[in-house]
Amino acid sequence: MQYMLLIYQKEAQAADLDKDAMGKVYQEYQALTEDLKKRGQLVSNHGLKPTSMATTIKVRDGKTLTTDGPFVETREQLGGYFVVEAADLDEAIGIAERIPSARWGTVEIRPVWA
Amino acid sequence: MRLQPSEVEAIYRREAGRVLATLIRLLGDFELAQDARQDAFAVALDRWPRDGLPDNPRAWLVEVGRNKALDQKRRAQVFKDKVLPLEKASTGEATEEGEDADAAFGDDRLRLIFTCCHPALNPEVQVALTLRAVCGLSTEAVARAFLVAEDAMAQRLVRAQRKIREAGIPYEIPEPPLLDERMQSVLAVIYSVFTEGYSVTSGERLISAELCLEAIRLGRLMDALLPQRPDVLGLLALMLLHDARREARLTATGDIVLLEHQDPALWDEQQIEEGLVLVEQALSAPGRVSAYAVQAAIAALHIRAPREGRTDWPQIAALYEVLLRLQPTPVVELNRAVAVSMVDGPEKALPLVDSLAARGGFKDYHLLHVVRADLLRRLDRREEALAAYRAALDSARTDPERRFLERRLAEL
Repeated sequence: MQYMLLIYQKEAQAADLDKDAMGKVYQEYQALTEDLKKRGQLVSNHGLKPTSMATTIKVRDGKTLTTDGPFVETREQLGGYFVVEAADLDEAIGIAERIPSARWGTVEIRPVWA
Repeated sequence: MRLQPSEVEAIYRREAGRVLATLIRLLGDFELAQDARQDAFAVALDRWPRDGLPDNPRAWLVEVGRNKALDQKRRAQVFKDKVLPLEKASTGEATEEGEDADAAFGDDRLRLIFTCCHPALNPEVQVALTLRAVCGLSTEAVARAFLVAEDAMAQRLVRAQRKIREAGIPYEIPEPPLLDERMQSVLAVIYSVFTEGYSVTSGERLISAELCLEAIRLGRLMDALLPQRPDVLGLLALMLLHDARREARLTATGDIVLLEHQDPALWDEQQIEEGLVLVEQALSAPGRVSAYAVQAAIAALHIRAPREGRTDWPQIAALYEVLLRLQPTPVVELNRAVAVSMVDGPEKALPLVDSLAARGGFKDYHLLHVVRADLLRRLDRREEALAAYRAALDSARTDPERRFLERRLAEL
C-alpha cells in the first residue's frame, strides 16, 4: 500500500532554529530519505516553502478566484510530505515515527487511493 | 441426526467468533469475512436440519464461508489480483481437527483482537468492534451496551471496518517492541468487556455472565500468548476473582447483595483458588507494577476475609494508595475513601468524598452519592443521608441498583 505522510509543524518554530540545529535536522531528513530509497519504499518526498508563499485558488462559475495565503490558517502548517510504500499501517507508522518533525510537530498518515 | 433450526442457531452462536476470525485470516478482509460467515450460516440453516450435523461444524462453516466469498469475488471480477493468491492458499488448519485446530483458531482470534484494538481506531470503537467481531455479539446487543441506537452502532462498526481495510490496519500479532504498547490497549478493551458484563450499565439485568466469561476467555488467550506478564496475569486474576462471586452478588429475584452479606458458599472456590495463585504470580512477576495486579490483590483480600474472619482494611487502604498513584482517577479515589472509612472511621472519609464531589465532573455518578449516603448514615446524619440516597436513586442506571437504594431509604 502507499501512504502519504503529511508533516505539520509550526513554521515560526522552524524559523527559530539556529544554523547548527537546522543542519542536524536536515541531515536526519537526508538519512531517512536515503534509507527509504535503499529499501525501495520511497515514492516521493518534498519539503514545502512556508505558507506565506502560498497562493490559493478556486474556480466558481468558470471564474478563478485567487487569494494570498494557505487554504486555512492552522496552528501547525503543512511543511512537507513523504509518499511511501508500506505493507500495512503499522509499517507506515514505523516510518512516520522516524520523521524528525514528528518529535515537535505532527505527522498525519493518509492511505493513497490505489 | 436431525437438527432443529434453534439447535443450528446455538451451534452457530458458539462458533461464530472463531469462524469469523479464521475467515478474516483466510480472506484478508473484514467485511467480506462477515458476509461470508452470514452466507455460511444461511446454508447451514438450510442443510443441517435436513442432512444432519457435519463432523466438524466449525471447519464446515469456515469452508463454506470461504467458498462463498471466493464465488462472490469471482463473480465481481473486481479483485482479480487478490483472488488468485487466495485460491492457492490452503485452508490448512481450518480443516484439521482436535487440539491443533483449536490452537490455530485461538491464534486467529488473537490476531483479530489486535486488529480490533488498534490505536488507529478510537477507543470506544475498539471495544464495540471486539464485542461484535471477536465475541460474536449481535450489533443490537453491542448497541445496547453503549446506549446508542442500533442504526448508529451499525454505522460506527461499518466505518471502523472500512478504516481497517482502507488504512491497511494489519491483521497480525505485533512484533516485540510494538507488542508491549499494543497489549495495553487490548487489555483495556478486555477489561471494558468484563466490566460491561459485570455491571451492565442499563436495564433490568445487572450482570451479564456471558460478557464476563467472554472477557475471561480473551484474558486466557492473552496469557497463553504472553505468559508471565504482570499486567496479563493481574487482569486475568482480577476478572476471575470478581466473577467467582457472580452467583452471590444477586438474590434469586435479582437484588443486589453487598459483599459483607454475601454467602461464601455461593462463591466459585475453584475459580478463587486459580485467581489467588495468579495474583501471587502477577505481584512477583518481573516488570512494572501493574494496576490490574493491584486491583486483583485488593479483590483477593476481600475474598479471603470470610476465611480469616476479618477484612484486612489497613492493607486494602494501602493498596488503594498505590493504585491511586498508578491510576489517579475519581473512581479509585472514591474506593480509597471507602477503605479509609473502614480504617479511620467515616468522619475521616467524608471530607475525601466531599472534596471529590466539589471538584465536579462526577455529578451524575451514582456511586459517589451511594458512598456519601452510606458515610452519612454511619455518622447518624439521617436527613443528609436521606438526601444523598435520593440523589443516588435519581442517577442509578439499573433496576437492581434502584431497588437496593429504595431498600436503604426505607430502612432509614
